[in-house]
Amino acid sequence: MPDDTVDVGRRRFLTGSTALVGGTGAAVAMWPFIASMSPSARARTAGAPIEVDIGQMEWGQKIDLIWRKQPIWIIRRTPEMVAALEAEASYLRDPHSEQEQQPEFARNSHRSLNPEFLVLVGICTHLGCNPTYRPDAAPEDLGPEWQGGFFCACHGSRFDLSGRVYDHVPANANLRVPPYRFVSDTRILIGEMPEDAPA
Amino acid sequence: MKSLFESLIGWIDARFPLMQLWNDHLAKYYAPKNFNFWYFFGSLALLVLVIQIVTGIFLTMHYKPDAELAFASLEYIRRDVPLGWLIQYMHSTGASFFFIVVYLHMFRGIMYGSFKAPRELIWLLGMFLYMTLMAEAFMGYLLPWGNMSYWGAQVIVNLFSTIPWVGPDIAIWLRGDFAISDATLTRFFALHVSAIPLALLALVALHIMALHEVGSNNPDGIEIKEHKDADGKPLDGVPFHPYYTVKDIWGSVAFLFLFALVVFFAPEMGGYFLEPDNFTPANPLLTPEHIVPVWYFTPFYSVLRAIPDPQFGALAMLLSILVLFFLPWIDRNPVRSVRYRSLLYKINLGVFVVTFAALGYLGFNPPTPLYSELALRFSEWYFLFFIALWFFSRPRRNMERLLTLVVVLGLITLYDVVRMEPGQGMLVFLGWLMPAVFVAVMVFGSGIEKLGRDLPVPDRLTE
Repeated sequence: MPDDTVDVGRRRFLTGSTALVGGTGAAVAMWPFIASMSPSARARTAGAPIEVDIGQMEWGQKIDLIWRKQPIWIIRRTPEMVAALEAEASYLRDPHSEQEQQPEFARNSHRSLNPEFLVLVGICTHLGCNPTYRPDAAPEDLGPEWQGGFFCACHGSRFDLSGRVYDHVPANANLRVPPYRFVSDTRILIGEMPEDAPA
Repeated sequence: MKSLFESLIGWIDARFPLMQLWNDHLAKYYAPKNFNFWYFFGSLALLVLVIQIVTGIFLTMHYKPDAELAFASLEYIRRDVPLGWLIQYMHSTGASFFFIVVYLHMFRGIMYGSFKAPRELIWLLGMFLYMTLMAEAFMGYLLPWGNMSYWGAQVIVNLFSTIPWVGPDIAIWLRGDFAISDATLTRFFALHVSAIPLALLALVALHIMALHEVGSNNPDGIEIKEHKDADGKPLDGVPFHPYYTVKDIWGSVAFLFLFALVVFFAPEMGGYFLEPDNFTPANPLLTPEHIVPVWYFTPFYSVLRAIPDPQFGALAMLLSILVLFFLPWIDRNPVRSVRYRSLLYKINLGVFVVTFAALGYLGFNPPTPLYSELALRFSEWYFLFFIALWFFSRPRRNMERLLTLVVVLGLITLYDVVRMEPGQGMLVFLGWLMPAVFVAVMVFGSGIEKLGRDLPVPDRLTE
């Protein structure tokens, strides 16, 4: 082939393959930067399970903990509170916990391992506010139908005493139940599933 | 004999296109002679950007991007650093003024049709600038590590969790932790002080290059390049320097006067520029009674809350911003300026201004049933503005009128029927009248000569 002609096909191939290889390299080079933004080893260690003593809790009392910087609530419910949860409630959006918002063991009306102790992540499933615990029945601001539960002051979402969301409120899912297990009758380990539970 | 100055310029010009840049962008950049009040805001946006960068550099010298130290370092800047309070208030006031100026600048572009051909790229680059500015403001707002900083970031990062499937993982990746934490603060700091300002500066350069390539629009929306003198200079143009540099200096002085008033006498602006809850440190276990973004995000926040479903609410909010990108392809009416548009167009534009302000107000207030209903209706008006713009793009036949009416009102009514709860009938019906009346006026009005017809556009500038 004479020196002064251009092999266009060959030039296109070289340009295309260089662009492809270079582009792939550049894309792969993004990886360390993207990966560096994931939770660090320290953040993951700080997210390890925590153990709590619940032996001293009063009836109806709520304690606030922090696990993975999320508020975790433990509430000791009275037998009356638990009994009221079993009634078929038409005002709830997901009364049977069909959405994946809890470990399998909490897919029941009391959404817990032991009905007496409710363990929830205290973050509203709408946009992450912190709902207030309102065990009082029929208070003035929440109306006569209120049976006790959690009220999110940010956007008005309502949840019952199992953390089940009301219908027609901004949140569209029940409050999350974290993985947890009982170490003994009076101690809960938050962040780990019961030993007999499927992973 | 050349002066020393001329020799120096000559020396540089042999090595760098200094005079060429000066001439292309200032001394021989011909701008229409009829720029009015609305044309201050471009140069003012540049001025605020400079204020933000300069004050920001000096704040960085004293600020600690650490969850343990950040809040205290802000108090340290306000109390102990000599004149630190002044620099800090200039920066926080500058953020709000940036958005005031940018909103007025964008409104100018809409009102005079400056986004239309051949200026679509200027508009698009401007929209990218606006979105980058929103990211800059949002990340900056976390840095004081006040309780509203914390919870505002919580709400906005959680918007990403609403993305199907990958959302929750994206939110963890953005935060670098399972909740807003030190990791989030430090990365927001890095982005706020380096990556995003660099992007802003680059986009400003592109925005101005695109503008100077095609030339400025003007309040008449008439192309001045179509009438040139023998030298090829536009007859209705004046060199940017000294005419508009002097005008903009006047505007800058007036602006700085207002800016100083706020900085010195009302830096919190009654809780609108700096929210009271942000004067308490971040607390993951205590949500403020009522989380509100800073005022410049509240119109979009209203759209988010208007739809009581996280996914669709976030989608509506995203759409309310994205729709602006497509403005050049939505409003295809050849008449640029509001001056020569129909009376209906003027009403539509006026309603849009009221709507944006109302959404802003509603976003700042708790969502009572009445306010929620109003937020939905004003959100509908917000989107109807764009539908009306599209509708007015050319004269419409009766069939098109009927179809638009049926489709738009049908969709709105369908949504009302689906979402209506017992006992809300009256509220929903009264609310429904808002979009219904608007659509009816726009669609039927377009058939009436006095309401719907655009005016003749003059050949040359009128003033």
